[in-house]
Amino acid sequence: MIEMKNVSKWYGKFQVLKNCTTRVDKGEVVVVCGPSGSGKSTLIKTVNALEPFQEGEITVEGISVGAPGTDLPKLRSRIGMVFQNFELFPHMKVVDNINLAQIKVLGRSKEEASAKSMSLLKRVGLDGHAQKHPGQLSGGQQQRVAIARGLAMDPIAMLFDEPTSALDPEMINEVLDVMTELAHEGMTMMVVTHEMGFASRVAHRVVFMDAGEIVEDAKKEDFFGKPRSERAQHFLSKILHH
Amino acid sequence: MDFSFLNQPAFSGGGVYLDWVISGLKWTLLVSILGWIIAFSVGSLLGILRTAPVAWLRVPATIYVELFRNVPLLVQMFIWYFVVPEIVPKAVGDWLKTQMPMPEFSNAVLCLGFYTASRVAEQVRSGIQSMPRGQTSAALAMGLTLPQTYRHVLLPMAYRIVIPPMTTEFLTIFKNSSVALTIGVLELTAQARQISEYTFRTFEIFTVATIIYALITLTVTFSMRWLENKTRVPGYVGGSSK
Repeated sequence: MIEMKNVSKWYGKFQVLKNCTTRVDKGEVVVVCGPSGSGKSTLIKTVNALEPFQEGEITVEGISVGAPGTDLPKLRSRIGMVFQNFELFPHMKVVDNINLAQIKVLGRSKEEASAKSMSLLKRVGLDGHAQKHPGQLSGGQQQRVAIARGLAMDPIAMLFDEPTSALDPEMINEVLDVMTELAHEGMTMMVVTHEMGFASRVAHRVVFMDAGEIVEDAKKEDFFGKPRSERAQHFLSKILHH
Repeated sequence: MDFSFLNQPAFSGGGVYLDWVISGLKWTLLVSILGWIIAFSVGSLLGILRTAPVAWLRVPATIYVELFRNVPLLVQMFIWYFVVPEIVPKAVGDWLKTQMPMPEFSNAVLCLGFYTASRVAEQVRSGIQSMPRGQTSAALAMGLTLPQTYRHVLLPMAYRIVIPPMTTEFLTIFKNSSVALTIGVLELTAQARQISEYTFRTFEIFTVATIIYALITLTVTFSMRWLENKTRVPGYVGGSSK
């Protein structure tokens, strides 16, 4: 479904991504982890071309992301994305946040879009909050709305960029629960996260990055059981000790 | 102070001096409001262009802003009135000098409008740039085009954010409109000066003018405050979308 081949990216002279190659198959959940500044967020943002890259190739269902002729808005509309800081639009009601792209990008009618939005809000347990503005919700609630907003486009895959990093601890689980449910329903997911518990429960594969490189790309059991690289062992020992 | 002179027959025009004051007020309002319409539309366009991702849109807007806000308004007023008709093609110049309806008034509106546009542009630009970058990312990620992102996501919040500084610009255009007297527009200040010369009631007539300016600006201030409250986003506390 998503295939990356030898992707490299530079900011000026500084190389943020070094020859990254990985793939996400249909129905697969891939967790990307690694220390801060390792390029995880940059990597996931290259998938829908929010971050351009200079070398290599990324295809989504066979369509090249980097090719000049690609209809990027159309490609992006088929991939949902959830951000660290939610990025709901503060001036719109919750339901309008979820309606916006359905109406403007997919051309759905307002009624059709609202019906879809309401059913998704119900699914994430927030149907009572449809008429509120994002600023009136807690962080966890906002992030669940953001997930519903992504799902409203009937995406072929969902990208999560540190979806729980900006949340207070007591709100992390409500978001992870929604994501876990989504994974069990067979959604194709690429998740940048530090939540190793989530990774070990839900992920099929784990991609470990360090200094712009994909150091390890392994099945979950292999990654947590016997990481091959020293850097991954070191990272896991630091992160799993508490 | 004795304001009875306002009721005395004016030196010319058949009415009383109060009619001169009212006529002055009318021209002040006309110059300012028409100038503001130009300033707001041209300034908005320029402000948006200054945040464009491509240089060939950004650079001309930047040059405009730097040019217009760095030349004193008085000089610009003279340039519009005396210099522009000489440097444009002869046919246009002749039209400007002989055919243009109410040349002093028209030039004052254009001058004030295009000058204030440079200041409005800076407000709009700062409003757009105060939005977290993630907002643009989120909008693009759901398949909106860049123009749609401006229209539905960036501008609605940016304009709300800059209502207070925009109020200042709106107030300033009323006060700056008095500069139009230098090219012969008989607006409020010009009329006050004229009445002072005919009646020697300098202190009184400028008191009247001051009160009228204060009433205009207070009206603007309160209307803008009303607008600010009307467009306030529930739960939004400004700054980032945390």
